[in-house]
Amino acid sequence: MPRYLLIESRDPFESNDVAYYFDLARGLVAADNEVTLLLVQNAVLAARPAAKVPALRALIAGGVTVLADDFALKERGIVALADGVASAPIDVVIDHLESGHKTLWH
Amino acid sequence: MAKKTLNIVESAYRAVMEEQDDTILWLMAAMQGAGAAHTVVLRGNAVNYAVAGQGAPGLTVGRWKQTQAPRMDRDVLDLVEKRKIPVLVIQEDLAVRGIQKSEVLAEVELIGIESLPALMAEFEIVSHW
Amino acid sequence: MTRKTITFALMDPPYESENLTTAFRILDAAVRRGHDVNVFAYEGAAALAFVRQAAHPNPVHGKDLATENHPTTKEQVAALLALAADKGCKVDWVNCGMCVDERGVGESVPGTRRGSPGDFHDFCEASDNVLVIPTR
Repeated sequence: MPRYLLIESRDPFESNDVAYYFDLARGLVAADNEVTLLLVQNAVLAARPAAKVPALRALIAGGVTVLADDFALKERGIVALADGVASAPIDVVIDHLESGHKTLWH
Repeated sequence: MAKKTLNIVESAYRAVMEEQDDTILWLMAAMQGAGAAHTVVLRGNAVNYAVAGQGAPGLTVGRWKQTQAPRMDRDVLDLVEKRKIPVLVIQEDLAVRGIQKSEVLAEVELIGIESLPALMAEFEIVSHW
Repeated sequence: MTRKTITFALMDPPYESENLTTAFRILDAAVRRGHDVNVFAYEGAAALAFVRQAAHPNPVHGKDLATENHPTTKEQVAALLALAADKGCKVDWVNCGMCVDERGVGESVPGTRRGSPGDFHDFCEASDNVLVIPTR
């Protein structure tokens, strides 16, 4: 099964274009791809348990692996994460790149 | 044979007057000249690049006057006609911006956003600009 | 670990975007794993390796030059090249020539080089993978 890493750097509170990227993740899963969404920079602001981001919850329920950059989380004092979001070191990007997974940045 | 590369371009009108080009479309044209096999998808605000008849006059600051003002529709046509780079445009992004199909260059191909995953599978490299 | 060749395109100028913080962390991670890394520094990123960057003190917080130890991207680029040398892998850092010229940043960290879109094409063709980090 082809695999993708989608890196999201924007947060959904400031940029409504994040909706497009979440939809792309959903569409890639529907097309039988394995998708990991890595939240970096301000995108991790969507990762708190009480953050109102239903689209992110839907992605998790739909089978997208959602990770949040540990450095960005620490920088913003985010400790607890929403169910289905896991903290990850930036090395995860290299994991995907070295494995040949298509990797995009938004 | 060069790797087939899909370039999803969403950045629009960023530094185009200063650079007298969209720097991503310019890069695609330059790389094509070096033997690349690019396809461009315009999405988000970049779909406006496909609107025919656009272009501001050159910038004037004091006595300095720009003489080579860019026109994005012309650059899109250049990609398609001269560089043989297919340019696809996300039709939902046109519609939400109130751009009628009649305003869009005939030389671009309109595609639905739902077709993007299948399209991405056809290319060895997919980049987001 | 099989050594791979990974190409990155950067576009942001120094000191303007968190993209570069993340980008340098990714580049560092790739080199630490011993991969060969190509960087095409396009547009504002052509200034990342400019040797005439100068650190400054921080009078607002009462820190002198030494105490502030202000980061410069030229040091980060140099450190990346040094790390690659230590690891026995390669970083090929290419600054887009026209981008360098229009910004007047022609003096670059030793070990980096001037290039063109043709180099980015060659990088992509020769790499195992490519990541473009765009600007906004």
